[in-house]
Amino acid sequence: MFDFCTDPDLLEGSRWLACYLTTPKHMMFYQSFGVVIALLLVTAPIALFVGFLGALATRSHVAPLRWLGLGYSSIVRGVPDIAFFLFVPLALDQLLEWLRHEVKCPDWDEPIRQGNDFVVCAAAKLPLGSAPQIWHELYGITLAIVAFAFVFGAFASHVLSGAMNAVPRAQLETAEAYGMTRGQVTRRILVPQMWAYALPGLSNLWMILIKATPLLFLLGVEDIVYWARELGGSKTSAYSYPHPDWRLWYFTALLVFYLLMTKLSELAFARLERRFARGQATASGMRQARGGKGGPGAGGSKGATA
Amino acid sequence: MQKFILSTAVLALTAGAGLADTVRMGTEGQYPPYNFIDDNGEVAGFEREVGDKLCELAELDCEWVTNEWDSIIPNLVAGNYDTIIAGMSITEEREEVIDFTQDYYPPTGSIYLAMDDGVDLEGGVVAAQTATIQAGYVAETGATLLEFATPDETIAAVMNGEADAVFADKDFLLPYADEGELMVVGEEIPLGSGIGMGLRESDTELKEKFNAAIDEMKADGSLNTLLDKYFGEGTGTY
Repeated sequence: MFDFCTDPDLLEGSRWLACYLTTPKHMMFYQSFGVVIALLLVTAPIALFVGFLGALATRSHVAPLRWLGLGYSSIVRGVPDIAFFLFVPLALDQLLEWLRHEVKCPDWDEPIRQGNDFVVCAAAKLPLGSAPQIWHELYGITLAIVAFAFVFGAFASHVLSGAMNAVPRAQLETAEAYGMTRGQVTRRILVPQMWAYALPGLSNLWMILIKATPLLFLLGVEDIVYWARELGGSKTSAYSYPHPDWRLWYFTALLVFYLLMTKLSELAFARLERRFARGQATASGMRQARGGKGGPGAGGSKGATA
Repeated sequence: MQKFILSTAVLALTAGAGLADTVRMGTEGQYPPYNFIDDNGEVAGFEREVGDKLCELAELDCEWVTNEWDSIIPNLVAGNYDTIIAGMSITEEREEVIDFTQDYYPPTGSIYLAMDDGVDLEGGVVAAQTATIQAGYVAETGATLLEFATPDETIAAVMNGEADAVFADKDFLLPYADEGELMVVGEEIPLGSGIGMGLRESDTELKEKFNAAIDEMKADGSLNTLLDKYFGEGTGTY
């Protein structure tokens, strides 16, 4: 990184530290923070979408669809998350490979399951054995995203269907009186109004999702926990920058990162809550209406005294 | 979600098209000086150099990947990579599941490292890495075995007093003894029958290629040179 870093053995003090903290290996550590944030930003909307479909399904008039929605949210919510984090990627991977195997290798005569091994032909491997490493990593991350979306979708589904039930019945009746169809009532009245009720539950979920990201490590993704452990472990003179066990410092950095993430999210959700409460017949909405433009601190006592 | 699965499938189908056959070399990356991730974030160490040389001799296009030690054999069998080159001793139990090339590292000794030389190696608490020949040995000595997923954690366990001693390959432990705080205790114990490359049992062709390449390296003395470079003069006895 810096031009004085050419010979690490001769460095001292702050220069040593500056060089140490900018090694390509540390750059990978810093990048992994980006990976975690990107994963959150991709997973959250997908989970929300899955939850939304789940919530709509539980309200459906078609019985099998309703059962599917109810079954999904109660089964996934009732089983430890970690079981699904380990199960979903494995099952999905084997399902995809099995499907590809059926298509690509019709004349394969050995059994797919040999003892503990799951064996498919080489052309059906996902990704292909000859694919560059980056595809293997992306594939792993994608499976992780699907697992997260599957689990958090079930929780979101429950939150959203609760919120849909909380929208005052009178509002929906008024819309029906205007001659709107069931779909129109859902689109124009139900969905826009439910957010005020769903937000506290969703913000809770988001916090839990942030805290669940270290599970990526379990799925073999090289996330911040992996790098913190790898970089923090004691290093002998086989490395250019030998040092004793520094895991405490690296994990402290993770602590600060996670606290920062949750604090920022709290602030963002407080703003969103204020926004969605506007014009609603809820305590927070009424307070905003009385206070004119809407005082600070939705749900707090400041607005009332303003 | 369905769209997602579909795009993944498309992504995976198009990936790797038009590439020559690459051999994926699986290693642990946590076991200096055999294999470790250096400060450039690359796999380095003795096995990196040997592996690259073998690939060159066998005219193979090789790519390095790391995998946790715990699942290194299952993932080889599942086809996530094609070889294990991770300081893995050739043992009968492992031979039942995978195949090994001939050894590229002669049978080696294992030692104990502790904070002071008065520790009870037969009745105390001894740390070792999970699923290693050393863990198997400790379990038979009567000492309480404390297993860890990574080699680094076994050292940390002794440093913070959780274990009385750590038991592992001599060449891995000696650099830690040189740094000060820890010292070698007890005698050196010969374990295993050399280190070889692990391969799937069905991959006989690849095994032949690597065996031939190892023969070549042994014959021209380049393997001995590398052994001496990483593990001190006199290690290379081929």
